[in-house]
Amino acid sequence: MTSGVRNIDVDYIARVEGEGEMHVKVVDGKIEDVWFGIFEPPRFYEAFLEGRPFSDAPDITARICGICPIAYQMSSTHAMEYAFGASVTGQLRALRRLIYCGEWIESHVLHMFLLHAPDFLGYESAVHMAADHRDVVELGLRLKKAGNDIVNVVGGREIHPINVKVGGFYRVPTKQELEALVPELEWSRDAAQKTIKLVSGFSFPKMEQDFEFVSLSHPLEYPFNEGRIVSNKGLDVAVSEWNDYFLEEHVERSNALHSRIRSRGAYHVGPLARYANNFEKLTPACRDAALEAGIGPVELNPFKSIVVRGIETLYAVEEALRIIDQYEEPERPDVELNIHAGVGHGASEAPRGLLYHRYELDSAGRILKAQIVPPTAQNQLTIEDDLRVVLEQSLELPDDELSWVLEQSIRNYDPCISCATHFLNLQVERTITK
Amino acid sequence: MALPKLAVYKFASCDGCQLSLLDVEDLLLDIAGVVHIANFPEASREVVDGPYDITLVEGSITTPHDAERIHEIRRESKFLVTIGACATAGGIQALKNWGDTDAFTRTVYANPEYIDTLKTSTPIKNHVEVNFELRGCPIDKMALVEVVSAFIQGRRPNIPEYSVCIECKRRGTPCVMVSHGTPCLGPVTQAGCGALCPSYNRGCYGCFGPMESPNTEMLAAAWQRLGVSNRGLVDAFRGFNAYAEPFRITGDHYEALAEARGE
Repeated sequence: MTSGVRNIDVDYIARVEGEGEMHVKVVDGKIEDVWFGIFEPPRFYEAFLEGRPFSDAPDITARICGICPIAYQMSSTHAMEYAFGASVTGQLRALRRLIYCGEWIESHVLHMFLLHAPDFLGYESAVHMAADHRDVVELGLRLKKAGNDIVNVVGGREIHPINVKVGGFYRVPTKQELEALVPELEWSRDAAQKTIKLVSGFSFPKMEQDFEFVSLSHPLEYPFNEGRIVSNKGLDVAVSEWNDYFLEEHVERSNALHSRIRSRGAYHVGPLARYANNFEKLTPACRDAALEAGIGPVELNPFKSIVVRGIETLYAVEEALRIIDQYEEPERPDVELNIHAGVGHGASEAPRGLLYHRYELDSAGRILKAQIVPPTAQNQLTIEDDLRVVLEQSLELPDDELSWVLEQSIRNYDPCISCATHFLNLQVERTITK
Repeated sequence: MALPKLAVYKFASCDGCQLSLLDVEDLLLDIAGVVHIANFPEASREVVDGPYDITLVEGSITTPHDAERIHEIRRESKFLVTIGACATAGGIQALKNWGDTDAFTRTVYANPEYIDTLKTSTPIKNHVEVNFELRGCPIDKMALVEVVSAFIQGRRPNIPEYSVCIECKRRGTPCVMVSHGTPCLGPVTQAGCGALCPSYNRGCYGCFGPMESPNTEMLAAAWQRLGVSNRGLVDAFRGFNAYAEPFRITGDHYEALAEARGE
């Protein structure tokens, strides 16, 4: 064992959305403490939503996250519609899936190419990477733009789209507006295939975790907006039963609440979970691409989440093309709402994983109470479990390489700390007492 | 010649405005060719020390630590630009300025003693000198490119200060208030989004904050003629730019009226 005192302090983890902190303590080569904390300043969304009209929820909660605003708009609209007994079906439902496809493509590609790939290829950033791999970075940027273009057309703009409302949309796109997206999406199908080949060729640290994968599951489709909450370890509950099965805890080291499954503990949400729980709902092209990339129906190595993001990107491109092909402009952009007092639950699959919203409403539809459980908060404990394993496997590495692999393992989760509350501050403290 | 050094800093915010820099997909690599992206943690592990020629600041000041940190950033920045509604007006989280922060903390967190937060969410200009403010929730990404380009070229950025109404006229969108009675904040809101909401049959909800000389009184009267209550006016002005002065005063005025009439 190395002797002498080693302290590593990395003040930020870069290439994540937000401000967090990690602290690792190693005493005589043994891991004593690992924690991943979130120091994003609290913004108190759940508090200032109280008293606001139900119709404000999609626009206000979108501002929780600039990377996945659609997720917030979807979970909140579904929760409100649940409370009012409204259901959005047919082409309006398909348009919701379409805009979500756009967000998955934009967010997954941002993460794969600009945030995560530089780890695997050994660059500080995608801009540094572009000096040697300009074609790769350009492929990523163009594919990301194809996702943003969908969000733009359906939602009005990429960040904080303006067209989503409780009950549907303010204006639905014309068939022609959507068809204009097709040529670039056809290019994107090939680009997504190329992306899967590229990222599956990276070298991955060996690691398998016995994750409890939690995601939505829908009988007919790969889940975006609807379904039951299931896990690979037997959980199968309605969205409205959330609080009976999940627990949020407030711990001192974090401005985000930690989630657990009652009586079981940590769980994993995000692409790996969705994929494991819904593999058979993927298109044949996606399943083939997975097989070719060496990924089975269940992938337990969190470092390979980048490959699964590629597969989900391909799925989102194919699904977008299917929806556009079958699109017929609906007669009205929204459904009627019968506003009354009640409680609403909504869950949808943000790019980073399951996002649950719950609202209590008064008879005028004003919010009495709001509860929002973002994916990164749910993954906090699992991220810490992973860090422990990676640390154990990598203790012999010099400090700078150890820091990098630990950061990389946090980035496996594409953590959005703005969501979970943001600044990742990584500290590795190694104390040698003898 | 060395490229100008650019830094990006974040305070309380959603990351959306700094993400705009990565959302200019067609131009990102070109931008990286004319400025040295020296400190941008969301995009790079590399941190090149200041001083920086141009610093973009996202987010509002909500913690004692951040109130200190912004002064350090000002000291190492030659030209400081605030990006977005949080940095220029306090953001949606400024709604807590009207609430009881202790009660807010208890609402969200089981152990309020772990939370260190100020009672207010305030814009950057309340703490340090700001050289240019770019509005929007989110900012328009091409406006950000304009600000960076103008800085490099040593000119003033060409950013409009007139209202959203001008943008509607330019794109030929019929007025949503006149044509279908939809309440719209466009007449008092600064342009910048391209009059997006009216083009989607929706009233403007004020992402870019108050325009240069907003007549909020007249607009509120017009909204009331469309049947909007005092409480509804409070909701409208207390949005993403709630703490910007003209919106703040208007929101407070109608709140007092709503309370007086027991709405």
